[in-house]
Amino acid sequence: MSQGFSKSSVGRKILMALSGFFLLIFLLQHFVINMLSVISADAFNDVSFFMGTNPLIQYLMQPVLLFGVLFHFIMGITLERQNKAARPIQYAVNNPSFNSSWMSRNMAITGLTIFLFLALHFYDFWFPEIKTKFIDGDMTELNANGEFRFYEELLHKFTNPIRVGIYCLAFVFLSLHLMHGFQSAFQSVGLNHRKYTPIIKKLGTLYAVAIPAGFIFIALYHFLINAH
Amino acid sequence: MSTTKNINITLKIWRQKNAQSKGNLETYQLNNVSTSSSFLEMLDQLNEQLVNERKEPVAFDHDCREGICGMCSLYINGRAHGPDTGITTCQLHMRMFNDGDTIYVEPWRSTAFPVIKDLVVDRSSFDRIQQAGGFVSVNTSGRTMDANAIPVPKADADKAFEAAACIGCGACVATCKNGSAMLFVSAKVSQFALLPQGKVEATDRVLNMVRQMDEEGFGNCTNTGACEVECPKGISIENIARMNREYLSASATSDK
Repeated sequence: MSQGFSKSSVGRKILMALSGFFLLIFLLQHFVINMLSVISADAFNDVSFFMGTNPLIQYLMQPVLLFGVLFHFIMGITLERQNKAARPIQYAVNNPSFNSSWMSRNMAITGLTIFLFLALHFYDFWFPEIKTKFIDGDMTELNANGEFRFYEELLHKFTNPIRVGIYCLAFVFLSLHLMHGFQSAFQSVGLNHRKYTPIIKKLGTLYAVAIPAGFIFIALYHFLINAH
Repeated sequence: MSTTKNINITLKIWRQKNAQSKGNLETYQLNNVSTSSSFLEMLDQLNEQLVNERKEPVAFDHDCREGICGMCSLYINGRAHGPDTGITTCQLHMRMFNDGDTIYVEPWRSTAFPVIKDLVVDRSSFDRIQQAGGFVSVNTSGRTMDANAIPVPKADADKAFEAAACIGCGACVATCKNGSAMLFVSAKVSQFALLPQGKVEATDRVLNMVRQMDEEGFGNCTNTGACEVECPKGISIENIARMNREYLSASATSDK
């Protein structure tokens, strides 16, 4: 790579897209596992055990994911600050809705909302997990009854209506973010083709609606049916 | 055919004495404006009125007045080149407005396009980007080979021509929420990258032009697509994707 790639506007948007692709794949994987909790508690426990104990996932993919999230966030903020500096004086009258979608213009806002949700999500799930395993040294993944603890932890988090509400709202913001982000990432890495771009855009809309809706369904399912 | 009529309008125009002064929106009443006149002719009419009142006329850029030079700019009622698509301001007509309308007229807003006076901005940042690589080095000693001697696929020639239609007006920068110049730069990169004559210097061209673009203080592209909607020449953001590809491969292969 030439010097300055990661400092250039084009290089940075390519890196933003690549980290976005990575997060899209991660989200799909996360969704499939969560969906198992609706289908079978045992299957959910088994896969969670695998994810929580497999060294490749724990010590390679987990740090990579953490880096990916932080990179996407920090780079997003950096680019947004540069963009704001590129127009210090705003127009007195502006009509951007004529030429672009709300989603495409507000990626920083939807992104920041998702990041705030991730902080809550880490507080709920990731920090306790790390504490149990690496600070308390309990690597058994079992509860007091000698059963896998994952499913009951999941149910426990979906009992509070406020938390479920925040959870659902966060996925609405994620959906808005993906509406633009999915197809935008393809454009950023240079994939724009008269034949394929319309398909990519449709696929992006499908992904942006289906996956967040699925997560919301899982939350409501456990809240309404299982947690009471 | 619509019939011509006269309308009365209120104008809110950005007035700024020079690059250093602060500037503000001034209100002007202009009566008996023919709906057949162009937007620039309407501004001429306003300036005539201002001169007769012994006031300073409004400075605005214009040259060919037929949509090919790219000089006329203006952000009119919240849109680059005003309320129509595929046109420059000189091609905007007063029939797009109604009697009693209030029309806001502002200069392009961009760090890289500083205001010189009133509605006139300095777009020499575009010139410097062009000078960084928007050319093909040809020996012009009189023995220049005819460009048509090299076969070019029709599809490539058409795409290069579409990109070369860019007049460098800066509407893409003005309308982009990030003040990004990627549509302009990508059009200039594409018009050469698609042709055999341009391939020779393609690697350095894209690296140098993007570097210059960044140095000028333009923002980053976030693919909102606003630029291609407001571009008077209909330049597609396909060109931006092409520039991204060119930049990626140039970065990977260049020894700089």
